Amino acid sequence: MKITEPTDQGRREFIGKAAGAAAVAVAPGVFLHSVAESAPRADPVTSKVRWGMLIDTSKCADGCTACVQACDLENGLDLQQKPEGETESAWDQQRSKWIRKVKVRDNLTGRVTGMPVMCQHCEYPPCVDVCPTGASFRRADGVVMVDRHICIGCRYCMMACPYKARSFIHEVVEVKLTSAPRGKGCVESCNFCVHRLDNGGTTTACQDACAKDGHAAILFGDIRDPNSPVSKALAQYSSTQIRPELKLNTGVRYHDL
Amino acid sequence: MKKVQFSEWGIPSPRYWGLLAFLAAVAGIGGLAALYMEHHGHWVTGMSNQVVWGTPHVFAVFLIVAASGALNVASVGSVFGKKLYKPLAPLSGLLAVALLTGGLMVLVLDLGRPDRLIVAMTYYNFKSIFAWNIILYTGFMVIVLFYLYTMKERTMSAYSKPVGVFAFVWRLALTTGTGSIFGFLVAREAYNSALLAPMFIVMSFAFGTAIYILVLIYAFRADNRSLGDVVLFRLKNLLGVFVAGMWYFMLIYHLTNLYITENHDFVAFVLRDGGIYTAAFWLGHTIVGVVMPLGIIYHPVLGQSRGWISGACGMVILGGLATMYLIIIGGQAFPMSLFPGKTIIESGFYDGVNGLPAAYAPSMPEVLLGLGGVAAALLVTMVGIRMLGFLPESLADSVADPHGGETAAAH
Amino acid sequence: MSASATRRLLATLVGVALAASAGVAAADKNWKQNGNSKATGLEQCVRPTGEIRRYHMDLLKHQRDITVHQGVRKTTDALAGCIDCHANKDAQGKPVPVDAAGQFCLSCHAFAAVHLDCFQCHSTVPAGK
Repeated sequence: MKITEPTDQGRREFIGKAAGAAAVAVAPGVFLHSVAESAPRADPVTSKVRWGMLIDTSKCADGCTACVQACDLENGLDLQQKPEGETESAWDQQRSKWIRKVKVRDNLTGRVTGMPVMCQHCEYPPCVDVCPTGASFRRADGVVMVDRHICIGCRYCMMACPYKARSFIHEVVEVKLTSAPRGKGCVESCNFCVHRLDNGGTTTACQDACAKDGHAAILFGDIRDPNSPVSKALAQYSSTQIRPELKLNTGVRYHDL
Repeated sequence: MKKVQFSEWGIPSPRYWGLLAFLAAVAGIGGLAALYMEHHGHWVTGMSNQVVWGTPHVFAVFLIVAASGALNVASVGSVFGKKLYKPLAPLSGLLAVALLTGGLMVLVLDLGRPDRLIVAMTYYNFKSIFAWNIILYTGFMVIVLFYLYTMKERTMSAYSKPVGVFAFVWRLALTTGTGSIFGFLVAREAYNSALLAPMFIVMSFAFGTAIYILVLIYAFRADNRSLGDVVLFRLKNLLGVFVAGMWYFMLIYHLTNLYITENHDFVAFVLRDGGIYTAAFWLGHTIVGVVMPLGIIYHPVLGQSRGWISGACGMVILGGLATMYLIIIGGQAFPMSLFPGKTIIESGFYDGVNGLPAAYAPSMPEVLLGLGGVAAALLVTMVGIRMLGFLPESLADSVADPHGGETAAAH
Repeated sequence: MSASATRRLLATLVGVALAASAGVAAADKNWKQNGNSKATGLEQCVRPTGEIRRYHMDLLKHQRDITVHQGVRKTTDALAGCIDCHANKDAQGKPVPVDAAGQFCLSCHAFAAVHLDCFQCHSTVPAGK
């Protein structure tokens, strides 16, 4: 059995981390089971809600990576450790990133635009079509994610994604968050902070961080609700999809791209 | 045509066991490489989040495509009624099963979670061509094994033709499925083409026939069996037709892309700017995989020589591997066109900044796994022809020629 | 077979049976750790003891699909709940990984020789949120 090997390493690693987590979180001896579970969902999600996002590229600050860092922190991606013996450059190409900053320049006009890019949560996701086991799926409320219980790690979804949004976990994961389970050999991507949404939350970590930093370039919410801030913004400002010709009807839209 | 007798491969025991030991060792090392990759995770390979399918897939897809094509020799006999091919059929079936075994072994062992193979066989998303391929590949094995049974069991010989037709159609579906793995992807300019499925079918004919000829020549020479020119040249000419057909599809693929402005970057990448991928195209696919073999096959002198024919077959195989490398890895390395009309000047996730292709270099575990699959396929073949009467005792012109040696005499 | 060989075989079989039953009896008793987890003080789990011992894998498997695909989090059957309850604390008050040697999960799983797949992905301690 291979149980003890990763566990022992995990325990050694964990002692270093736990001090931080437990001390920051609560008084000694009282365990943080469900501070986030203020309103855990009791009924299945329905398509009455569709989660979406509007990103205003004119507000996206050059050089700022607040959304990336927030996502890393929220989902335990900052806990990734370069395997011993690997070069930094190789590790950087293999470590998971659910969101990244991209800067583009128009070939004709020279105009430069910056924006965060993550899983676009398409209505017709190519990744869902190609997954052999159905692990890559689209939830009724529009979130496209990976059911890691049945993911076999074939990476076909990564081939199929038109936004190169998915990451494959190339190494043993020693430390992970309870709210964001992740392990070697499966594929993952932005899931609109689904652990927050399922516990009564309505914001994503990237949106919160961007707002906290004063840019407010990311607006997340229910795009099927005409009164939500994101729907009102979508009605007011012009927006476009990345790769609109693919007609995937993405949940993430960009203004001023 | 005289009734052809079959017998087990009779090479001396020490030589047989030595060969088996060598192949088992290579296959075993491939297995250990897979264990190493699975235990540590894929960080030990050259694959990354940019190039997610690497050398194991190159070998696996090549073997699977070749497996389908290897059955072609038997199909020509059963389905198209060409009597000359009938004695060649059992080896063809065995080779098909063996190559598929090797290919599937590599594919499954490269999964991120190979321990979840049962999940792959019980959870199905029928919109996925991958899911269909799982059924097509395992079904192919069963059908070919049954096909071999109808060939060898005298009381079942009446079923040989209908099962052969079924196997032929199943093969076409299988190879269509394999080509469609890529053809169905809208995301990348290299794929997203209906042409890939038929291209893979013709490639399967070429690779499968080349491997068949090599195995036939070697098996017969090692056991001092006579392989006449009639049979060999018929197979050689068949190979030539398939290689030319494969080249035709590659030509149409690039010509069409040249007319599609949005694909011009990709055509330039393959034909001129792609570094190793350009080399794989011109040197690997075109020169080694097409021009040289065709030159040999249709040469009045070289095309008559066994050595040169074997060389041509080897070149088709090498060219085939290069083509697979170009399609599978080149297709991923080429930057995805996220923002047409714009250039990506910075990215946190290697999005082809300033047109830079993704980096990939084959790593030792990947290569060992791929070679292990090849060895496993050859191992199954060697054991098969040794244990079972799948090799005709003689394919000399007087025996194998359906026109009773007159074709040879007429040359 | 000779008489003495038969006797020896019989003795071996009886010995094995006794050892196995002792092992089984021991397993029956050793699920309750002498620890300080929440579970140690409780009478039963989220289901009666015999039922949870037999069906916990099915409950977890059923619940995981409901949680992942339907977003339902209000449940007694979440894995995070199990860990929260069954994790012991060490002398410094830090939680000990629930699948470590001598801890809750392995107390049965080591004996039953059933590999635990959960913790390749799931946290072994109530960590983070």
